[in-house]
Amino acid sequence: MAIDKSTLWTVIVVLGIGTFMIRFSFLGLLGNRTLPGWLLRTLRYTPMAVLPGLVAPAVLWPAATGGEVDPARLTAALATIAIGVITRNLMSAIIGGGATLYAMLWLFGQ
Amino acid sequence: MPAPSSASFRGCRHAMPFLIVVVPFAMLFGALATDAGLSLFEVITFSAVVFAGASQFAALQLMQDHAPLLVILATALAVNLRMVMYSIALSPHLGPAPLGIRAAIAYFLVDQSYVTSVAEFDRNPALTLPEKIAYFFGTITPVALLWYIATYLGARLGRTIPPDYALDFAVPITFLAIIAPMIRTVPHVAATAVSILGALALFKLPYGTGLLVAGVLAKATGATLEYLLDRKAAQNGD
Repeated sequence: MAIDKSTLWTVIVVLGIGTFMIRFSFLGLLGNRTLPGWLLRTLRYTPMAVLPGLVAPAVLWPAATGGEVDPARLTAALATIAIGVITRNLMSAIIGGGATLYAMLWLFGQ
Repeated sequence: MPAPSSASFRGCRHAMPFLIVVVPFAMLFGALATDAGLSLFEVITFSAVVFAGASQFAALQLMQDHAPLLVILATALAVNLRMVMYSIALSPHLGPAPLGIRAAIAYFLVDQSYVTSVAEFDRNPALTLPEKIAYFFGTITPVALLWYIATYLGARLGRTIPPDYALDFAVPITFLAIIAPMIRTVPHVAATAVSILGALALFKLPYGTGLLVAGVLAKATGATLEYLLDRKAAQNGD
């Protein structure tokens, strides 16, 4: 069944405005206000607090395998983290993780 | 002191590694959205108006599942709520900019421009406001351009990308590769662990609220541990 066009356009417009307001919130409304040290310290942890949690379910229960744990994807995720921690390099981690994924998929004959 | 144009160029250069991520990510969205029945115009408009990949994937998935409109919007916006933190984190640096500039910065405030800019502003506290603004727009220029172009190419390619390329996993590998090099201290490890375990344990909570709770817990864990370790180090130093 196709996606309803009125739903699609409502999502595009409302999600667009809502996302802009989220991004504009403090930049726009609070301008020059300085923030307390504890808050700044907390904010430094935002990327590592949100992004790993965002992908953890997809790593462990990928939709591509119907939610079953997939050795190829799990190994690739762990390889990406290990290479990223050791080399401190984003590009190495992506290439290493991708290579691991394809090598594992090939080994497992998928 | 370098001029704003050199700051802009530096930002552009520092953001280049993200292109290896942004291009497949945008192409994947273009291809999946076309596959879901969206026209070329609809796909491009979606990517240009929302400009937030992860939430676009979430919204697309839920629309295909015919979830209620409110659930689609709440979930997709919940995915983007992390950007409140980006807005807060950049406001001490870019808050004094004129309103129009701040609005443009807000539109372009994505994971890549945030991560790169915050790192640069921490490294070089002496940067002037025009340099910081130039640096920010420098980081987003290659990312945004390639985001639009690759969305278009992905939409044109559509369903010709075979499923054996396992493109579903481009998103997780990207996000993990962004985070891993940032993990340097014990509090970093603790925050990452709480984020992962919390998100998995609370996965069944509706509308992405589990991730929000896990994120708050992870941030609190990291910041508290850092505070305690700093205090201990200061006491030992006396």
